Order: sequence, then structure tokens, then C-alpha cells
Amino acid sequence: MITSTGWIIITGILVAVSCALVGTFLVLRKMSLMGDAISHAVLPGIVIAFLLTAGRNTFPMLIGAGIFGLFTVWLTEELSKKGRIFHDASMGIVFTTLFAIGVILISLFAGNVDIDQECVLYGEIAYVPWDLWIWQGTNMGPRPVWILGMVLIINITFITSMYKELKTYSFSPQLATTLGLPVTLIHYGLMGTVSFTTIASFESVGAILVVALLIVPPATAYLLTDRLHRLLLLSAFFGITSAIGGYYLAWWINSSIAGAIAVLTGIQFALVFLLSPKYGLLGRKFRGQVRYKSAEDTILQKETTFM
Amino acid sequence: MDIFFEFFSLQDPNIRYVLAGTILLGLSAGALGCFAILRRRALVGDAVAHAILPGVCLAFIVAGGKDPFMLILGAFVFGLLSMVTMDFISRNSRIAPDASIGMVLSVFFGLGVVLLTIIQSTGHIDQSGLDDFLFGQAAAMVGQDVMVFGGLSLLILLITILTFKELKLISFDPNFAQSIGYPVKRMEFLLALLMVLTITAGIQAVGVVLMASMLIIPAAAARYWTDSLRVMLLIAAGVGAFSGITGSFISYTAPAMPTGPWMVVSTALIFFLSFLLAPGRGEIARHIQKKRLSYRVACENILKTLYAMEEEDGRADRVRTWQELRKRRHLSRGRMRKVVSTLLKKNLIAFYAGTPDGYVLTNDGRKMAKRLVRVHRLWEKYLNQHLQIAEDHVHEDAESMEHLITSEIEAELRRSLGSPELDPHLSKIPYDSDEDTKTKKGDSRP
Repeated sequence: MITSTGWIIITGILVAVSCALVGTFLVLRKMSLMGDAISHAVLPGIVIAFLLTAGRNTFPMLIGAGIFGLFTVWLTEELSKKGRIFHDASMGIVFTTLFAIGVILISLFAGNVDIDQECVLYGEIAYVPWDLWIWQGTNMGPRPVWILGMVLIINITFITSMYKELKTYSFSPQLATTLGLPVTLIHYGLMGTVSFTTIASFESVGAILVVALLIVPPATAYLLTDRLHRLLLLSAFFGITSAIGGYYLAWWINSSIAGAIAVLTGIQFALVFLLSPKYGLLGRKFRGQVRYKSAEDTILQKETTFM
Repeated sequence: MDIFFEFFSLQDPNIRYVLAGTILLGLSAGALGCFAILRRRALVGDAVAHAILPGVCLAFIVAGGKDPFMLILGAFVFGLLSMVTMDFISRNSRIAPDASIGMVLSVFFGLGVVLLTIIQSTGHIDQSGLDDFLFGQAAAMVGQDVMVFGGLSLLILLITILTFKELKLISFDPNFAQSIGYPVKRMEFLLALLMVLTITAGIQAVGVVLMASMLIIPAAAARYWTDSLRVMLLIAAGVGAFSGITGSFISYTAPAMPTGPWMVVSTALIFFLSFLLAPGRGEIARHIQKKRLSYRVACENILKTLYAMEEEDGRADRVRTWQELRKRRHLSRGRMRKVVSTLLKKNLIAFYAGTPDGYVLTNDGRKMAKRLVRVHRLWEKYLNQHLQIAEDHVHEDAESMEHLITSEIEAELRRSLGSPELDPHLSKIPYDSDEDTKTKKGDSRP
């Protein structure tokens, strides 16, 4: 039999791999923050589904949150176009407002809703082993594991069946459009899988830390390879190592598991950022390539520096 | 209702304190947010806000409790650190800025959560107060907190007012600022510092999770009302202050409610109303403008059609029937009726000798139609001659431009083309005879 530690680690791995796979495309398409936005914005959907079905009924929750996820993507784009504001600001307005509404709903119906503000932020992966799925009297194991397994299968199916299209789309959406690929469909398909993944992961790692698993492992892998299939495998690998390492780190220092997983993804990134032979800081120093970007790039990117 | 009066009568000194603190915070966040939006740093603010959580926790551990000065120091250090990290990552690797924002946001926040749970597991007496930094709790602020956080907001506002001109310049045109010798790098750093300080000031009232929206939403709402940065700053600050009042009122009436989400929802409401109602840029105003323009275009097109018929058979006195007009212009029956009655009322067309469904152009109407045709053909000529667009491609563009060209642009076109006789399709360009002579006189001047 699998121990409760085993179940927690399995859950962590499932979350990490699902997130890493879809996150790779977000990072490549420079839409990382869409993952952040969706993971926040689905909160009211989850709460409303909770209230309507009076309990943790998985499918209404997935559907409710899925609707809000796609709604966020659509609303961000509409608001940016119609309201003529920058895309990032419009995203900021939409997701913070939806998230705020979600938190208010939780506080209003605190008695009826079995989720609290902290669970929203950093999940409760530690309780996974006790959230059992009893089917016709048989104990089938923890329910989240089944859901996450299903989501992982959906993600893998989506990526393998659309592999070529996704590849073209993520490296050059213009080329994808000229080739006549259904770009809008791919876009919303990807956003849909991001929504599902976020929601399924939400219970275990919370709304904000899911962003760490969506973005950091793919970004880490992106410093090591240029090939899409290696990128996917490597980011899944980094996801898995941080999930396992995070569990033990949390156990060791007696802290939140999800938080520790996020910290480990960051440590991994920092190491690769320093040491990667091709794109790492030291590797480039060694070859005498002091700055990564040419002067032209720096000018072009002036818009997007931070300070 | 009683509680409403109780709150706004400001009898309770505690309420006065909290209200002053949140209003100051709203003012500074709203004002600074304008620069964040204009410089496209909206989500950088979000990352910084999340990233100060570990700083807050560390300050808590070091000070052994909630000490406002330590909290500000910890938050400030981590806020700055997160900015430097984001900048460093995207400058020194192939990682795009959005990914580095997302990474810093989630990893720093993860670290904060780890520290938070460690503090909670030690069972510290004061630890319940730490939760308030996630979503804010204005009512939990005590006198000292208000002094420190309010004072910080006041300082931010003061610096913003004093350096307004420079901040404005680097927000709109940093290259120009650089070229005239402004210390752009230093100014940008000052702005980054102010941003981090603003976010730091907000932790107690709004919380780290939603602080960024206090930067983004008031500024975005203010943008609809004005084109002047000064006015935008004032409006955004006002919206921020309003949300501060709403937030602290709700905090007062329902202590279990976190303040941050309510502040966000109240600003979002103002944003939505601005988006709809603002004159000029608002959705409704723009809709009306669009409707008006399309109606004017429909009216002008009917005049043009009548003029074209006159041109074809060379007869200005001939009756043009309703059916003929509808055959040429595909307007719905109702719209056509409205357009015709408007034109009749403005005395641009008239009934022909009392026939109820036949019309002729009046002299005024003919003059206007002539002008439209003239502008249309001048524009075609211009596109063809100066932009080398083929004759068979210029009509569509002229068809929309004719309604938009002002008399100044017309004069400019005639000047640069030298009042040509024919358009690219070899149709005669109609000039008003008196105007024609005037221009010719003008042309003879050196």
C-alpha cells in the first residue's frame, strides 16, 4: 500500500508535470502571466460551483472554473481592445478584480464553503491522503490523484495530438497563421488546458504557487535546450525534482509543502541560470560573451525593462 | 444605517486614525500607479507586491512581533531585491520579461509562505496579525501603524509632487530626456524606489496579494477622463482615496472581512463606470460619436448621389425620385426616410415642384455635394500622384476620407497638387467658381 507520504509526493509530481507541460508553451509564447491571471481569476468560479453544488463536487468545480478561465482570457483581450489600455494593465484589472470577488465570496459564505483564504493561497496538499474517493464501497485512493491523473492525460493527449501545430504556433504565430493553422482554436485550446490544469492543481498548491510550477521549470529548461521535445521533458523533470525535494524540505523545516516546492523551483532556476553551459551566466563569461543581449536588442527591449 | 453615521461622524479617534491612514495610502498608490501604467509596469508592481511577503515575515521574526519600522524595512528590502532580480534575469538571459515577472512573483511568494508557516508552527502570540498582510485588515491598524504608514504615504506624495516634471518626462519620452541631459537612470531608479515604497505602505491595509490592483485600477480609470497627466494623477489619487474610505468602512462594520478585496472591488466599480460613462473616451460617448458619424456619412452620401445624377445628365432641375435614390444607395427604408427628412429640414434638398417623392438639390445642398466630390477627387489625385497608388485602388479610400477632410486639409491638398483639372479617373474636379479665382490669385504669390 502507498503511505500518505507517497500519496502527497505522487500528487505533487502529477501537479508538477501537468503544469510544466502546458507552462512550456506559455513561456515560449511569452504569455507566462496569462497563467498567473487564470490561476487567480478562476477563484469565483470555484466558489460559485461550491455554493451551487453544496460541496466538493469535482466536475461542477472544474466546469465553473474552466468557464472563468476562458472568460478571463476573453475579457482581457476585449478590455484591452475596447477600452484601449495596455494588455498588461487590462490583465491586471481583470484578474485582480475577479480574485477579489472570489475572496469576498469566501468570506461571505465562510460557513458554507469548505475553503479558506489560506487554502486559496497555498493549497492543502498535506490533506490529500485523507480526501478519499470511495466508489461502491471500495477505497479507490485519494480523489485529487484521480483528478490530476485525468488532467495529465488530457494535457498529454492535447500536446501529442497537436504537437506540430503547437510547435509552429509557439515559435512563430505569424507563420502558423500564414500556413492556415487554426490559430484561434490552438490559442483557446491552450488556454483551456491551462485553466483545467490550474484548477485541478489549485486544491493542492493554491492559486499563486501554481504559477511557480507553470513558469519556473519551463524557464529553467529553456536555458538548457532549444528543442521543443527536450524542453518538455526537461521541464517535467525539473517539476518532478522540485516536487519531491519540496516535500522533504518542508518536512525538514516544518513548513508549507507548496511553498517549499516553489522555493525549490527557484533554487533550481538560480543554479541553471548560473551554470548552464550554453545560456548560463558563467558559461557565457567563460566564452567572453559578457552581455547576453546585443546593443540593438537592448534598445528594442527598452520598453520592457523594469526600473 | 446607524453604523454608517457612527463611522462617518468620526467620533471614535480610532476611526479617524484608520481613515486617515487608508486615505493617504489610496492617494499615494493612485498617483504612483499612473506612472506604472504609462511606463507599462503594471504587472511588475504585482510581482513586487507578492515578493515583499518574505520581507514582512523576516521582519516579524527579527523584531519578534509586529513592529511597523521593521516591517517597512523588510518589505522595502525585498521589494527592491525582487525588482533587481527581475531586471537581472531578463537582462542576462533569454528569458522573456513576462516569465521573469512570473518567476519572481511566485518563488518569492513561495518563500514568504514557507516563512509564514514556520512562524505559525512556532505558535507565536502575535502571529494572527501576520495573516492580515495577505489580504489587508485596515481595522487592525493601531495608532503607531497609522502614523508610520500614513507618514510614508505622505512622503511618497511629497516626492512625487516635487519631482513631477522629471517623472513626467521619463514616463513619456525617456530618450528625449536623456538627450537633453537629464539623469534618466537616476530618475528611473527614484521612480522604482517610490513604487516599492508605495507597495510597502499598502501592506497593512490592502495586503500583498491585491496591492498591485491599487496601482493599476485607479490609474486606468483616471485615464478615461483626461489627457493631462496632472489631472490624471489627481483623479487616480481621488479614486484611490475613495477606495480607502470604502475599505476601512467595511473593515469597521465587518471585522471578519479582509479590507483588500473590498478596496479592489470598489475601484473596479469606478473603473467600470469610467469605462462606460466618461465623456469622449468612454464607451457610451464613443458609441454615440460613431452613430453620429455614420448618420452624417449617410446624409452626405445622399447629397453626393443627387449630385452624381446631375453630373450624368447635366440637368440640375430634373426630379430624382425616392426609388432612384434607393436603387443607388442601399439604405433601409426607415433610415432613408430619416435621412431625407433631415436634409429637407436643413434645406439642403427640396421637393420638386410639389411632387411628394421627388427631390432636387438646393443651392446650399449642391455646394456641399460639390465640395464632397471635389475633396473625394482631390484625395484620389493625391494618392495617385504622391503615393503612387494605382488609379483603380484609390476610390475606396477616398470614399471614407471625403467625410473627414477639413477645409484646411482641402486647402493643403489643392496647394500641393496645384488645383488639378482632372482626377485619376479623368473626371472633372468641380471647383466653386469664386473660390477658384481666389486660389488662383493665391497661387500666383511667390
